[in-house]
Amino acid sequence: MLTLTCPCCGVAAEETELAPGGEAHLKRFGPGASDEDFEGYLFARKNPKGVHFERWRHAMGCGKWFLAARCTATLEVFGTYKAQSPEPPPEIIAAIKARRPDWKGYS
Amino acid sequence: MRRYSVFAVAREALRFHAGWGRAWAAPEPKRKYDVIVVGAGGHGLATAYYLGRNFGIRNVAVLEKGWLGGGNTGRNTTIIRSNYLQDPSAAIYEKARSLFETLSQELNYNVMFSPRGLLMLAQTEHEARGYKRTVHANALQGVQTEYIDAARVKALVPIINIEGPRYPVLGALYQARGGTARHDAVAWAYARACSDMGMDIIQNCEVTGVRSAGGKVQGVDTSRGSIDCDKLAIVVAGNSSVLAEMAGFRLPIESLALQALVSEPIKPAIDVVVMANTVHGYMSQSDKGELVIGGGTDGFNNYTQRGSWHHVEETVRALVETFPIISRLKMMRSWGGIVDMTGDRSPILSATPLGNCFVNCGWGTGGFKSIPGSGWAMAELIAKGAPGPLAAEFGLNRFREGRFIDESVAAGVAH
Repeated sequence: MLTLTCPCCGVAAEETELAPGGEAHLKRFGPGASDEDFEGYLFARKNPKGVHFERWRHAMGCGKWFLAARCTATLEVFGTYKAQSPEPPPEIIAAIKARRPDWKGYS
Repeated sequence: MRRYSVFAVAREALRFHAGWGRAWAAPEPKRKYDVIVVGAGGHGLATAYYLGRNFGIRNVAVLEKGWLGGGNTGRNTTIIRSNYLQDPSAAIYEKARSLFETLSQELNYNVMFSPRGLLMLAQTEHEARGYKRTVHANALQGVQTEYIDAARVKALVPIINIEGPRYPVLGALYQARGGTARHDAVAWAYARACSDMGMDIIQNCEVTGVRSAGGKVQGVDTSRGSIDCDKLAIVVAGNSSVLAEMAGFRLPIESLALQALVSEPIKPAIDVVVMANTVHGYMSQSDKGELVIGGGTDGFNNYTQRGSWHHVEETVRALVETFPIISRLKMMRSWGGIVDMTGDRSPILSATPLGNCFVNCGWGTGGFKSIPGSGWAMAELIAKGAPGPLAAEFGLNRFREGRFIDESVAAGVAH
């Protein structure tokens, strides 16, 4: 079973305690943005086979949203971090690179 | 191709079955094809078959990274129905269902289509009203369904508990010509017919890159060398986003694990397909006697073809509540498939930002039932370069334009 450590309350939560929230770090464009940008924000997803950054909510625990870096091909978890992060923090990137040397990096 | 018939069985019986031969050839890839279809599952093979049958395009290769029909085609619960609410969905699923009626004869291969009848139980007032609405919509679409009351449900499914503790059965949406087919045989039948038309089915050939020039597709790089093509069709279900990235665009798709399981075989107990969407489970009995059971998907992106245990528990709990008689059965096997989910739970049959490259994906949890219709519509899209009436509404542009085909109710759990 998938286990993620909630960075807000520190609990190692099992999957049944958590609610998945889809891809993280989606960029929402402001007024005047093109239709393409808005379509991309709403619908287009990376959906990679490999390293994936995603949103989770500790629904049956502290109730807070947080972000996780996880491998969709192996279910390995690289780490979790605060929902307020605009992009993956350096320690998460380092943890991924340590496990996946040929990972192309966050983009 | 040697025809399969009662005479062939008799002939082979007299000579120790030595003369059957291979059902399809295993050729080396050529340098170039008119059309390359990536993915030798049901949808990919059906696409290739109807390219040859309906449009005479036979210089076609179907590339498969694993073995033929080894993805979701071999992992689904084999249910066939077309009781959808929206017009475009009803049209393509009913086309598929009607092609299933004569598929064994057309392909000279027994796909064991069994129109045994299919019930979607209404277990809340809301669900009952929703299904009545679907029945009215189906009447206008030419899809034969009816709404039946609880007594009729009990008559059709004697083992059902219609006075369930939480959700009594109020009625059901009944499609008498819905049912099941043998999933592997569908892939094998199309493969044999494609091979017979001279198409190359190349297994253990993984696509590792898509080559393009001037905004148009040139060919693909594979684990068995580089192959050129005029047109490329990506028909790879859960791996669609991976192929799309190679081709340089993104899809509105997320890949999730969907699980199914089968019980130990028992004597005939249920001769219809029953879907209980409120409690999240569906069940039918295979010809071998196993109860074939399916439920909901996991909520997070996953490519591992394994799902989370608690979904199995939920599904089984729902079915024990609906069919108390099965509570002592042992479950034999469970497995997962990677389904390609779109936001509106409807498929994508579309041209793409890359010229001469087409995608057929997004069938999500309900791909098996649509295989013939999907192949039919996709072949037309590839051959003409523009969608025909069946595929017209399923383009990628519907997301930008807000013309969703919302089937999240019809497709919510059971598919």
